[in-house]
Amino acid sequence: MAADGSIVTLEPSIGRRGVASLRRFTRRRSTIAFLMTTPLLLVIGGLVVYPAGYAIYLSTLNRRMTSNIGLGNFEILLDTDTFWMVIWQSCIFAVSAVLAKAMIGFWLAHKLHDIPSKGQRKWRGMLLIPWVIPPALSTLGWWWMFDPSYSSINYLLNVFAVPAVPWLGEAWWARLSVIIVNVWYGAPFFMIMYLAALKSVPEQLYEAAAIDGATGMQRLRYVTLPMMRNIISITVLFSLIVTFANYDIVRVLTNGGPRDLTHVFATYAFQVGILSGNVPRGAAVSLFMFPLLAIFAFFVLRGVTKRTKEEQ
Amino acid sequence: MASNGITRRAALGAGVAGVAASALPLVNIHAQGTAGTLRCGFWDHWVPAGNGIMRELCGEWGEKNHVNVQVDFITSVGNQNLLTIAAQAQARSGHDLLAFPAWEPSAHADLLEPVDDVVNRLIEKYGPINTAAEYLAKREGHWRGIPTVSGSQQKVPCARFDLMQEHAGLDIRKMWPATDVRGPGADDWNWATFLTAAQKCHAAGVPFGLPMGAFTDAVDWVGALFASYNAKFIDEAGKVTVKTDPGVRAGLEYMVELSKVLPDDVWAWDDASNNRALISGRSALIFNPPSAWAVARRDSPEVAEKCWYMPMPAGPAGARVPYLPYFWGIWSFSRNKTAAKGLLEFLSERGSAERQTTTSSGYDIPPFASMSDFPIWKTEGPPVGVVYNYPIKPHHHATQSVAFAPAPAEIAVQAYNQAINTKLVAHVAKGGETIDQALDWAARELRNFARG
Repeated sequence: MAADGSIVTLEPSIGRRGVASLRRFTRRRSTIAFLMTTPLLLVIGGLVVYPAGYAIYLSTLNRRMTSNIGLGNFEILLDTDTFWMVIWQSCIFAVSAVLAKAMIGFWLAHKLHDIPSKGQRKWRGMLLIPWVIPPALSTLGWWWMFDPSYSSINYLLNVFAVPAVPWLGEAWWARLSVIIVNVWYGAPFFMIMYLAALKSVPEQLYEAAAIDGATGMQRLRYVTLPMMRNIISITVLFSLIVTFANYDIVRVLTNGGPRDLTHVFATYAFQVGILSGNVPRGAAVSLFMFPLLAIFAFFVLRGVTKRTKEEQ
Repeated sequence: MASNGITRRAALGAGVAGVAASALPLVNIHAQGTAGTLRCGFWDHWVPAGNGIMRELCGEWGEKNHVNVQVDFITSVGNQNLLTIAAQAQARSGHDLLAFPAWEPSAHADLLEPVDDVVNRLIEKYGPINTAAEYLAKREGHWRGIPTVSGSQQKVPCARFDLMQEHAGLDIRKMWPATDVRGPGADDWNWATFLTAAQKCHAAGVPFGLPMGAFTDAVDWVGALFASYNAKFIDEAGKVTVKTDPGVRAGLEYMVELSKVLPDDVWAWDDASNNRALISGRSALIFNPPSAWAVARRDSPEVAEKCWYMPMPAGPAGARVPYLPYFWGIWSFSRNKTAAKGLLEFLSERGSAERQTTTSSGYDIPPFASMSDFPIWKTEGPPVGVVYNYPIKPHHHATQSVAFAPAPAEIAVQAYNQAINTKLVAHVAKGGETIDQALDWAARELRNFARG
C-alpha cells in the first residue's frame, strides 16, 4: 500500500522490466550469433555427431546387439590375422597413393602454371576429368581393362609379345592396380589445389631469387615450397583421410581379393558388418583408424595455424 | 498495406478445409470393403519376366482378397537388398514382407514373424521342404521365412557336351538324359572322374571355368564339394573342427589338385566370370543356374545349343548340390501380417510356383521335391531337355547343401561371406602354405567368428 493509501500494482512494472530484459537479451550480439548458428549446429549434430556417436555405441555391442561388451570387438579384431592384414594394406594403400598423388599433382601443377594463361583452361579442364567422373563408374572402366580373362591392357601387352599380367589375381599386382586407379582419380585434386597455391606466390619473390642467382631447384626449395607449405599440409591431410576411407575402388576392382590381400577398412567393415551380419564388429573396423587420424589431423592443423599466425 | 478483404487466418482455414475435403474420398475408398495395404519387397529377378509374373500373381491375389498389394523389386546388385533389410531392421519400419537372401532370416530371426502355420499347411500339401532350406530358415523350432520359388537357385554343372565327349571321352547326354533314368557312366560320376575330365579339358585348352574367389558362385560350389566329403568346418554346437575333421583335409587335398588345372585367373573371378568363360567358348564346364545357358542362347546360340545340365559329381558322402535359396519373411512390425501370410501361401502353391518357374525359363527352384516335375525343365531348349537335370530328381541320389552347414547360422554366415573355404584352398594353392598352416589359419578365423 502506498503512503496515500492507494494500492500500487507492481505487476505491470515487473512485466515491463521482463520485456525489456528479454529485449536486451535478444539484442545481445552473442545471442544473435547463437541463434544464427543454430541451423548449422543442428545440421552438425544430426549429420555428424549423432551418427558418429551411434557408430561408437554400436561398436560396443555384442554380435546380436543385445548387450554391451565394451572394447570387446576391438580386442577380437586385434586377435584376427585378416584384420592385421587390413591395417597393413590400408596403410600401404593410403600412404603410397597419397604420396603418388601429391607428387604427380605437384608436377602437373607446375607444368600447367608454365603454360600461358590463354591455353591453360582447356588443359586444366581435361586434366580434371578423372576427378569429376563418379569413381564407381570410372573404376568399372578400369576393371574392364584389368579383367582377369579379357584385359585390354594384357591384349596390348601381348601385341608386343609381353606376357599377360594377372592384374587382379596376384597379391602385389592387385594392390598396385587399386593404387593406380586411386592415383588416377585423385591426382587432379592435388593438381588444382597446388595450381591455386602457385598462382598466389608473389612474382617478386622469384625475381628477387633470380637477382640473387638462385637455381631452379633453389627457387623451388626456398620460395615455392615454403609458400605452399600450408596448402600441401591441408591437401595431404584431407586426401589421407579420404583415401583411408576409400570404398568403391577396392569394392569394384577386387572385392578385397585375392585372399583378402587388398581389403581396406571400409570394404572390410562392409563385409563384416553388412554382408556377414555382424554390425557391431563392422562398426569397430570402421572406427579403428579414427583416433590415429584425429591425432594426425590435430598436429597438422596446429602447424598450419601456427604458421599462419607467424606470417601475420 | 492495402487489405484485399481476406485475412491470413481465413486463407489458412480455407486451405486446411480444402485439403481435408480432397483427402476424404481416398479415405472412404479404402475403408469400403478392403483389407488394407500390403507392402511387399521382392527380389529384382535376373530374368526380366520374373518380375512381371510376381506382379501378376500379387495382383490376382490382391483383387480376390480386396487387398491393395504394393510391390517393389529390390536388386541384389551392390547388395542393395541387404542394405534395405539392415535399414528396415534398424528403423523397425518399411515393407510388410521382404525377400531375404539365404542367411538373413536367421540374422533377423528376432524381428521376423514365425510362419509355422503357413509352412506346415504347405508341407501337408506338397511334402517336406529340403533340409538346407530348413537349416537356414528355422530358428529355435520356428520357421522365420518361407523358402521362395522366385530367385531360389542351384548351381549344378553346365557342360559343353561336344567338348566333354571330344576331350574327356564322356557322353554326358547319355549319362544324364532328359528322362528319369541314370545312363551308362552315371554311377561313376564322382569327383575323381571330374578331376580326370578337368585335366583332359585343361590340356585341350578348354579348362573348366570354376571360380575360386570370394563371391557366392565360388563359395557355393566349393562348399558343396567339401560337404560331399562330409567335411565340417564347425559342428552343430559351434565348436571349430576344421583342423581335426578328416573330411576337410580330404576335400582340401582334392581342391589343391583340381586348382592346378583351372585357369590362372580364377582366384579373381566374380559371379559373371564363369558365365563369360562358357559363353565365349573358352570353357568346357561351369557350375551355374540356367541363366548362363539363357544368356548364351541370346548372345552365342552356337554355344547354347551344345550345353547340357547334369547333377553334381558324388563324393564319399554322396552328391551335394549347391543351393542358394531366398526366403519370404514377414517383419514382426508389419501392420498386415494376416494378409502377408495369405499372399505368401498363395505364391508358394503349386500353380503359382509353376508359373514362376516357367516364366524364368526354369531358373527358379521350388523348395518342395514334389515340384521337380514342371514341364518347363523337359521342354526348354535348344537342345531340348538342356535343363532337365537342373532340379534334383530322385534318380540323381543328391541332396541340397549350404556351405558351412551345420554350423550355427550366425557363425556360418560370417564364414560364408568371408569365403573361408575358397581362401583355405588359396592359402595352399597360391599362398605357398602347407595344409596344416592353412588349417591353422582357418581355425583362428573361425574361432573369432564365434566370439563376441
